[in-house]
Amino acid sequence: MSVYLDNAATTKPCSEAVSAALDAMTVNFGNPSSLHKAGLNAQLVMDRARKIIADSVGADSGTIYFTSGATESNNLALRGASQAYGRKKRKIVISAVEHASVEETACALEEKGFEIARVVPRADGRLYAVDFVNACDENTCLISMMMVNNETGYILPVKEVFSAVKRRFPNIITHCDCVQGYMKLPVKAASLNADLISLSGHKIHGVKGIGALYIKKGIRVVPIVTGGKQEKGVRSGTESVPLIAAFGAAVEKLSSSISERWDYVSKLKNHLLEKLSGINEIEVNSPEDGSPYIINISAAGKRSEIMLHFLESREIYVSSGSACSKGAQSGVLGSFGIREKSADSALRISLSAENTAEELDLLVDALTEGMKKIRS
Amino acid sequence: MKEIVLVKYGEMVLKGLNKKTFEDMLTKNIRRRIKGLGKFVCTSAQSTLYITPADDDIDLSEVVERVGKIFGIAALCRACVCEKDFSDICEKSVEYLGDILSCAKTFKVNAKRADKAFPMKSPEICMELGGILLEKFPNLSVDVKNPEVTVTVEVRDTNAYVHAENIKGAGGLPVGSSGKAMLLLSGGIDSPVAGWMMAKRGVHIAAIHYVSPPYTSERAQLKVEQLCEKLTDYCGGIAFYCVPFTELQEAIKDNCPEEYFTIIMRRLMMEIAQRIAEKDNCLALITGESVGQVASQTMAAIACTDAVCRIPVFRPLVGMDKTEIIEIARKIDTFETSTLPYEDCCTVFTPRHPKVRPQLSDVEKAQNSFDFEPLIQKAVENTEMKTFNIGK
Repeated sequence: MSVYLDNAATTKPCSEAVSAALDAMTVNFGNPSSLHKAGLNAQLVMDRARKIIADSVGADSGTIYFTSGATESNNLALRGASQAYGRKKRKIVISAVEHASVEETACALEEKGFEIARVVPRADGRLYAVDFVNACDENTCLISMMMVNNETGYILPVKEVFSAVKRRFPNIITHCDCVQGYMKLPVKAASLNADLISLSGHKIHGVKGIGALYIKKGIRVVPIVTGGKQEKGVRSGTESVPLIAAFGAAVEKLSSSISERWDYVSKLKNHLLEKLSGINEIEVNSPEDGSPYIINISAAGKRSEIMLHFLESREIYVSSGSACSKGAQSGVLGSFGIREKSADSALRISLSAENTAEELDLLVDALTEGMKKIRS
Repeated sequence: MKEIVLVKYGEMVLKGLNKKTFEDMLTKNIRRRIKGLGKFVCTSAQSTLYITPADDDIDLSEVVERVGKIFGIAALCRACVCEKDFSDICEKSVEYLGDILSCAKTFKVNAKRADKAFPMKSPEICMELGGILLEKFPNLSVDVKNPEVTVTVEVRDTNAYVHAENIKGAGGLPVGSSGKAMLLLSGGIDSPVAGWMMAKRGVHIAAIHYVSPPYTSERAQLKVEQLCEKLTDYCGGIAFYCVPFTELQEAIKDNCPEEYFTIIMRRLMMEIAQRIAEKDNCLALITGESVGQVASQTMAAIACTDAVCRIPVFRPLVGMDKTEIIEIARKIDTFETSTLPYEDCCTVFTPRHPKVRPQLSDVEKAQNSFDFEPLIQKAVENTEMKTFNIGK
């Protein structure tokens, strides 16, 4: 039996998502833009999913736009909003700990002449609203920050930052990449004060290849994909009804149990931390009050990849750094003040509510064995 | 630190002995609207409703968002509950507004002392608290004309409250306090706005819609149902009547002169609407007409339409420009849905040259050439009803 502890990379689709996708491939397979009944039925499947997702962020259906995934959502948010609002205002503020899909997009915009300000965590590894406000000015068009860091589980003070920024500069567009927070913490557009929110399907037991961007009413985003004007012209291309249906089904299943799952996973995290404290030379990089779903540790002296493959030989799957970068170090751990040596041996254990304490015990046993066996 | 939502009543505070009826209706509407968000205790005093969450994890911003759309409310805000003691007020202000104040540059303090037994007068509260906040937050300076943050202290009968926001309410009267009326809902931009405006005056809305398949599509009907759903945010539950209209429209096309198509269609719609209105205890009809907008909305045409009506017809948009109507449609978020491009029954068989100034006698003559009564009865009998309850 394998132990899957890489849920921040992707999750196993839930049966509801699978059957919703199957239904949209076998029964309601029409093109949602077709005028006939087959088209209408596909549209209704999509409308329903859209409504479920909109409800989950406390918004109207009209604010949810489907994309091919959160990377595209983040691209659309940054490129689209900076094109709409950045003709004169040439500055974008982001946090220094963003996912590559924000960071790299910001770099691309930097090459196009935007000034990018990256707000770095202070010595205590935390970000402060006042630092973001001070980084913004009249020349700033957009601010983007993630809700939960994908490498350490640190919960960013999004609400505080966005409220403070909006109070001083009401016209700055706020974007939040909520991928690692969605369905784990309440994500409400209004209370976050977010104009744009990126969501992903496959991190929440949906299927890969589907994401969404919440765009607040009245906020303009210039499309990056043009064509048949699907998704109200914001994202052309025939919608992937099966993946959308699966996304909706997953959200429908999860949205009522956010706090129960949080409590359960918190117990798992505490259980793991307690057991890990018994192993010498294991350091915990995640903040104590971070998301319980992500636990970043360093096994002193053992390079991440070697330990990862050792655990793999015991059929335990974890990740080094962020899986999206294929193990490449992102520098984010450094931004959090984690020493290079520890970052070299960092492992990310990411949980879902489907994991059990027994599975974590297996991990701890394997880590203990690995610490002994791996020569450093 | 306890946070609550303060709701200030609108024009109903001016009511006399029946004020209580209005208050009860508003409280009922509010309770119904926030029921899904958790447990609350709602109490009322001094023309203010206090919404106190019973659990800690309730999202108050969502409460404010929803309550902000309910008619009968002048203003609302989230506030922190304090003891009626100045040092507690200061302490809570620093704690509750710390996040806001530490990032702001300018502020002022505003005090309202409803309880005159409180030892400090309003200007004193402002000065003292202002001084303390200035000391605690060195980033702040006072600006009484255009402050970034206005700290408001309200000393009321049981407690004092501190807040830094004052959100304008939806105004008007509580929905239901003025009785019920039937809205003719086409799917265009105007009719949802008309419904919203009458709901604002306390009218409970029922809606009627006409479908003419295959001339109109199922998507057109779904669009109108979506509009209904959007209106429930403001109007509460809506009974939605869907009238099969194809046979009547075909009969008009076959038997009447083309220039009167639209006007006769509207007369038949009114006739059906008032029959259903009577069944559902509606006291009036509501339409989204605005004088001169199209041929069927000239004064002469409206007179011809009204000639068949036995109950009042309210046209709240009668003196508004399209741009003003669109502005409201955007505000209440019906515009986007209204402009989805599906054919509705009003545009089926539109005459090329409609009569702009029809004479009632001519219209009646044109209409009398065919006996519509059996078809009207059939349409009324086959009307389907659906209920839309408060969304989300």
